[in-house]
Amino acid sequence: MPVLKVNGRTHEVQAAEDAPLLFALRNDLRLNGPKFGCGLAQCGACTVLVDGQPVRSCVTSVDSVAGQEITTLEGLGAGGEPSKLQQAFIDEQAMQCGYCVNGIIMRAKALLDQTPKPTEREVRLALDGNLCRCGAQNRMVRAVLRAAQEG
Amino acid sequence: MTIETTRRSLLAGSGALALGFSIAGESLAQEHAGPDLPGDLKIHPKISSWLRIEANGRVRLLVGKVELGQGILTALTQLCAEELEIDLKRLDITSGDTRIVPDEGVTAGSFSMPYCGSAVRQVSAEARQILVSLAAAKLNADPAKLTVSDGTVQAPDGTSVTYWALVAGRELEIDATGKAPIRPREARRYAGKHVPRIDIPNKVTGELIFIQDQRQQGMLHGRVLRQPAYGAKLVQLDVAGAEKMPGVVKVVRNGDFVGVIAQREEQAIHAVAHLQTIAQWDVPKTGETQDTVHAWLLTQPEKLIVIKDQPNKAAPADAQVVEATYKRPYHMHASIGPSTAIGLLDADGVTHVDTHSQSVFETGQAIAELLGVDKSKVHCRHVQGSSCYGHNAADDAAADAALLAQAVPGKPVRIQWSRNDEHKWEPYGSAMLIKTQARVDAKGDILDWTLDLWSTSHGTRPGGKAGNLLAGRALEKPFALPTPINGGPPNYAADRNAIAIYEFPGQTVSTHFLTNFAARASSTRGLGAYANVFSIESFMDELAHRAKADPVAYRLRYLKDERARAVLQKAADMLGWGKGEKVAGRGRGVGFARYKGLATYCAIAMEVEVDRASGVVRVLRAVAAADAGEVVVPDGVRNQIEGGLIQSLSWTLKEAVRFDAAGVKTADWVSYPILTFSEVPPITVELIDRPGAPFLGAGEASQGPTSAALANAIFDAVGVRLRDIPFTPARLKAALG
Repeated sequence: MPVLKVNGRTHEVQAAEDAPLLFALRNDLRLNGPKFGCGLAQCGACTVLVDGQPVRSCVTSVDSVAGQEITTLEGLGAGGEPSKLQQAFIDEQAMQCGYCVNGIIMRAKALLDQTPKPTEREVRLALDGNLCRCGAQNRMVRAVLRAAQEG
Repeated sequence: MTIETTRRSLLAGSGALALGFSIAGESLAQEHAGPDLPGDLKIHPKISSWLRIEANGRVRLLVGKVELGQGILTALTQLCAEELEIDLKRLDITSGDTRIVPDEGVTAGSFSMPYCGSAVRQVSAEARQILVSLAAAKLNADPAKLTVSDGTVQAPDGTSVTYWALVAGRELEIDATGKAPIRPREARRYAGKHVPRIDIPNKVTGELIFIQDQRQQGMLHGRVLRQPAYGAKLVQLDVAGAEKMPGVVKVVRNGDFVGVIAQREEQAIHAVAHLQTIAQWDVPKTGETQDTVHAWLLTQPEKLIVIKDQPNKAAPADAQVVEATYKRPYHMHASIGPSTAIGLLDADGVTHVDTHSQSVFETGQAIAELLGVDKSKVHCRHVQGSSCYGHNAADDAAADAALLAQAVPGKPVRIQWSRNDEHKWEPYGSAMLIKTQARVDAKGDILDWTLDLWSTSHGTRPGGKAGNLLAGRALEKPFALPTPINGGPPNYAADRNAIAIYEFPGQTVSTHFLTNFAARASSTRGLGAYANVFSIESFMDELAHRAKADPVAYRLRYLKDERARAVLQKAADMLGWGKGEKVAGRGRGVGFARYKGLATYCAIAMEVEVDRASGVVRVLRAVAAADAGEVVVPDGVRNQIEGGLIQSLSWTLKEAVRFDAAGVKTADWVSYPILTFSEVPPITVELIDRPGAPFLGAGEASQGPTSAALANAIFDAVGVRLRDIPFTPARLKAALG
């Protein structure tokens, strides 16, 4: 059975090696963070970090990330202990429905790891491939900048 | 505060007994519910329909309206905790469970605050009044001298009793009187104050909150094979190969409805993909396209409804006539999360459906008709999904899950639609064509105003009818699509906001309502208001320019409602209207409407920059001013107004469904692009609060004004009038010549 390293732990999963990583994370490991949005790598709702890089888990096969460190939204902070970045989204009330927010936070996490003090323009460009239909973009940008400020 | 996420927890945990509740004192004798009860309290006057004081000291609010990402559940808990005088953290809320909550119809139309919010406020005040009277009897004290703190009622002598001790697990089976006073504004802790939304912490940490994340014991995964095009019929399909594919539990076929049930999600997807490659369909040879639909609208059988008929017969015959024609295409709701549902047929023959439908009761009834069972045999429960912005595929997914669940009794079946199916099969916001005509005098003043609009239906919600569900129309014995009707006054549907708020000397408005469809259509945020306000506010701008008048001042000539004037003036001031140097290629525009003529007032102003070479419009900044009556959740209203503004910019700049007889062509995010982070302008929203005034729904108020403000700003920038949505670079370049 394929083995995945997720949020610091190693798991065997039932998913086939060529199955999308997204379904292994959601349905085998019961993680809610990464969401199915399109299955086409177009919207970003399924974003996770693989060795620190943002990856669209809906088009990433299980076997292609064997041995690599996978981080999901839960890996940043869960169980009532949000990370600074997640807390910034609470402080800015940075969403309407929040379905896309996993991808936004994970993409922003990758940006802040690379560029701890980004400009607003840099945040917008980094998030340009993540879709939000509710129109909460400006709140989300403010949340990322707040997290950078407080980082 | 918790939100119900498991099916049994409430029923199992509820110690509340359905006992008649005897109350002390003649003054509290039950009165007949009068017509003065606010909102949905009129149809559900019993306090126990809305509130339960549990023996364990928890309070539960029951509501029929549901969370769609608009923050309504937080707003309702604020109102309840405020009036009941309990801490927010003592309050739980159950919404949209057809076995538990009052039937409040559909969560739509910006009705939740006016209908549910006002009911929750009053019913909570009523409960408090009764509980304080009971406490007074118990403590042998004057009720006027009692104080309440988090559900504990205290007498001046220091003795106290709690609500839950008084109620002792019984239900408040008492009708509301409408007479309990609302707490004065200066005493309020929650209503009108900033309270963080209750759902957001779970959403940023990946806790279980979305329907997409529900995992029931033994759950199977389903997918449905959808037709390639409207009206396509299945000619041949051999399912034997799919049945043998890994993990496939069952292939269900009933007429043109074909679904796969598998152990794993990707196995169901693979099996449907296989079926797609071998299915043979009879696809209609001819049909409309996005380019022919507006001409089609003008040639179909129509129902003509004159909704305003006050022509100015005194207008001189030689008055100049100005005319314009405006068009909108089909727009998608385009939720980021494809529609999802979980169905389960239990041993008692009851089908349980978890759904993010906006209309759990009516959809449950439609599913009962679909399954051929009594409506008591379908139990729907709302669980939050991705925002829908109207009637999207949520109900169709619920029907799919219910149908597939019949094939595997005792096993929950989860359906999540593909992106392709969601884009192709959701019911769109209808294409529309609007003709305006004004007769003006020599100074450019309006003597007479005429508006004619052509539209297909904006309302094909399930409404208890299986024929409104995609699956229902695909069965071997199909349910017919009910003939749609247009919603009438005061809310209207296709003709929502078609009557201009301006007081012209004459105004005539006619709706040309079509019962035929060129593409599947239903309610999309604002219904007809989006295109009607676009047309009215664009035409006002055209007339203002023709009269060589300032567009804001010109509107104010005809705008008598003081609240309307204040909102328009505020937006203009926020933008710095009329101030600053004119910059080449840049322009400013304004748009205004009172949603439905009876809900939130909203004015949008913006500045744009047009690149003549590429035809690309960049919105540099936008402002919004709104009057939503008394504001309970200031941040929530601002979020709705700003979100609507951004969504409307996306519709107006970029979006159009493309289709022909062979099917919908815009089946993903590449072919149907929406506004991205780098395209979203800085936005400022300001509210004019009206304490004591009725709540006015705000969720759809900015859609219409935004589209017109954009068109008007483009005209100001480059002198080109765009009347066909969307304003794509190609269209603008063509117009620039």
